[in-house]
Amino acid sequence: MSPIEAILLTIITASTPLLLAAIGELVVERSGVLNLGIEGMMLMGAVCGFVATHVTGSPWVGVIAAIFAGIATSLLFGILTQTLMTNQVATGLAITLLGLGLSGLIGSGFVGLPGIKLANISIPWLTELPYIGRLVFGQDPLVYISIVLTVGVAYVLNYTRIGLIIKAVGQNHDSAHALGYPVVTVRYACIAFGGATSGLAGAYLSLVYTPQWIENMTAGRGWIALALVVFSTWLPGRLAMGAYLFGGVWILGLYAQGMGVGIPSQLLSSLPYVATILALIIISTNRRLSVINTPASLGQGFVPDR
Amino acid sequence: MKKLLTAAASIALVSALSISAVAADKLKVGFIYIGPPGDHGWTYQHDVGRKAIDARLGDQVETVFVENVPEGPDAERTITRLARQGAGLIFTTSFGYMDPTLNVAAKFPDVKFEHATGYKRSDNVSTYAARFYEGRYVIGQIAAQVSKTGVAGYIGSFPIPEVVRGINAFLLGAQTINPDFKLKVVWVNSWFDPGREADAAKVLISQGADIITQHTDSTAAVQVAQEQGVNAFGQASDMAAFAPDALLTSIIDNWDDYYVDRTQAVLDGTWESMDTFGGMDSNMVNMGPFINMSEDVKAMAQATTAAITSGELHPFAGPVYKQDGSIGVPAGETLAGFGLAGMDWYVQGVDDQL
Repeated sequence: MSPIEAILLTIITASTPLLLAAIGELVVERSGVLNLGIEGMMLMGAVCGFVATHVTGSPWVGVIAAIFAGIATSLLFGILTQTLMTNQVATGLAITLLGLGLSGLIGSGFVGLPGIKLANISIPWLTELPYIGRLVFGQDPLVYISIVLTVGVAYVLNYTRIGLIIKAVGQNHDSAHALGYPVVTVRYACIAFGGATSGLAGAYLSLVYTPQWIENMTAGRGWIALALVVFSTWLPGRLAMGAYLFGGVWILGLYAQGMGVGIPSQLLSSLPYVATILALIIISTNRRLSVINTPASLGQGFVPDR
Repeated sequence: MKKLLTAAASIALVSALSISAVAADKLKVGFIYIGPPGDHGWTYQHDVGRKAIDARLGDQVETVFVENVPEGPDAERTITRLARQGAGLIFTTSFGYMDPTLNVAAKFPDVKFEHATGYKRSDNVSTYAARFYEGRYVIGQIAAQVSKTGVAGYIGSFPIPEVVRGINAFLLGAQTINPDFKLKVVWVNSWFDPGREADAAKVLISQGADIITQHTDSTAAVQVAQEQGVNAFGQASDMAAFAPDALLTSIIDNWDDYYVDRTQAVLDGTWESMDTFGGMDSNMVNMGPFINMSEDVKAMAQATTAAITSGELHPFAGPVYKQDGSIGVPAGETLAGFGLAGMDWYVQGVDDQL
């Protein structure tokens, strides 16, 4: 394997969990809900994915379990914020804390056990192609799922009636309600979708990235995903670009260090943040577009008038 | 935001712990951890030490711990909280807790503090550290014997003296076997981030390193080594279970005796502020089993370990040259005191800049 191939593979691995978590949150925020609990949902996905894999011996069972764990955690957020009308910011933070503690509890008996890695796909002929074989046809399945999800979300939001409804609910829930759309139901569905992809992102960490369970193994990736959503101005294409840019600059920073380039490591470590923010600021200088995409009802609870 | 959360979590945890506090006449011993005890590395070994206190002095002492406490202002808050809740002895187990520990200690003159790996003391703050670099010297020699490419990759956390010392000792050890041995250093600027540690390992392997060693806390890097068929060394704790075919040995921190002794000293009223720098001779640094290597290499590693334990061999015995070629340790001298504790230069041959 050539070094460039190795770098690209590492970049993809570093970026995929960010993309998975962020693409779900993008849909959640487009529907007008701010869920700050990504980190908690990811951790629940990571631990449940690992435990299910360990018990059954099948990473795919783990992936399914992670998705359901993410959905379950997100629905708790949904019930609190959509039905019981709690403050979304506070509830999201609580979900993060809950996920951190609960995942540690669930995983306490599984720390230090060797995990089973979700195998990379292998297509005869294609995967063996020089240079592009492993990159294009030899990734783990979740990488392809993340790309399909991104394209799917972009399509649904831009070209379907469902997408229009989600955006309407996020822009002005009173008008959407007046038009007869079930605001709360739409938001529940979006929250559950966000939970599912956050769970997947967690599974990516515990089944692909570093196949093991370690407490707090997300190490802040949920917050980076959250920031990517805002900086991408809620557009899936930019989001994917931001995630890969972040992963790319991070890995290249490590690579430069290994080469012995005399740049202080602290500077290199902060570069992914700086580069991502700069790039996304530059592309969002089109103010009109940014304003159009910002969900106007973001973070506001909806109480239907009776 | 994350810091705020972790602080909130720590405070919540401390409050929870305080509720469960029992008999007031028992000495309460508090621990502040940088990561989770389940990291199977640095924090794990400190927690093993805490449990040793429970096991040996459990009838007179009660231990509590707060995990995942970030270095900085949050640490100060958490340490204060522990002191307010009646802890008589507090171990703060990461370098970055140095100033927070001193600040809190000034406000609680009756509470004894023990700060790991720092260099600032006061009347009620002791410091303690282990001579991990002794182990690094041994694994450096093993690396140079086992490596086929002659290049090792070193995953660093933060460029602080403790870590720089380890890098230097590793390379000095390796150079005794192969004077041209190369060492690539990658800093991840975190003590505990499994994903980043794994990334760093992958990058180093893609650059030709066939030995991975780390000064970070998780087992992610040794697992990458296992997966990619290169060798690795465990850090802080025996990591053989995570890389059965790749691991050569581990440097194991053993805090048990120190923690029990210091707790006993508080109980006896003989505790004094002091600096402890324990190594292989005082059993604070142990080598794990030597595996996946030939008998010759194993014998060499054992001989070096024995020589360091007996004091016959000192990793920083002169002459040691700095990266720029100037003399770091003159011939006939060994590095000690602040020269060792505050080391801020690389030895010749390190492929990195501080």
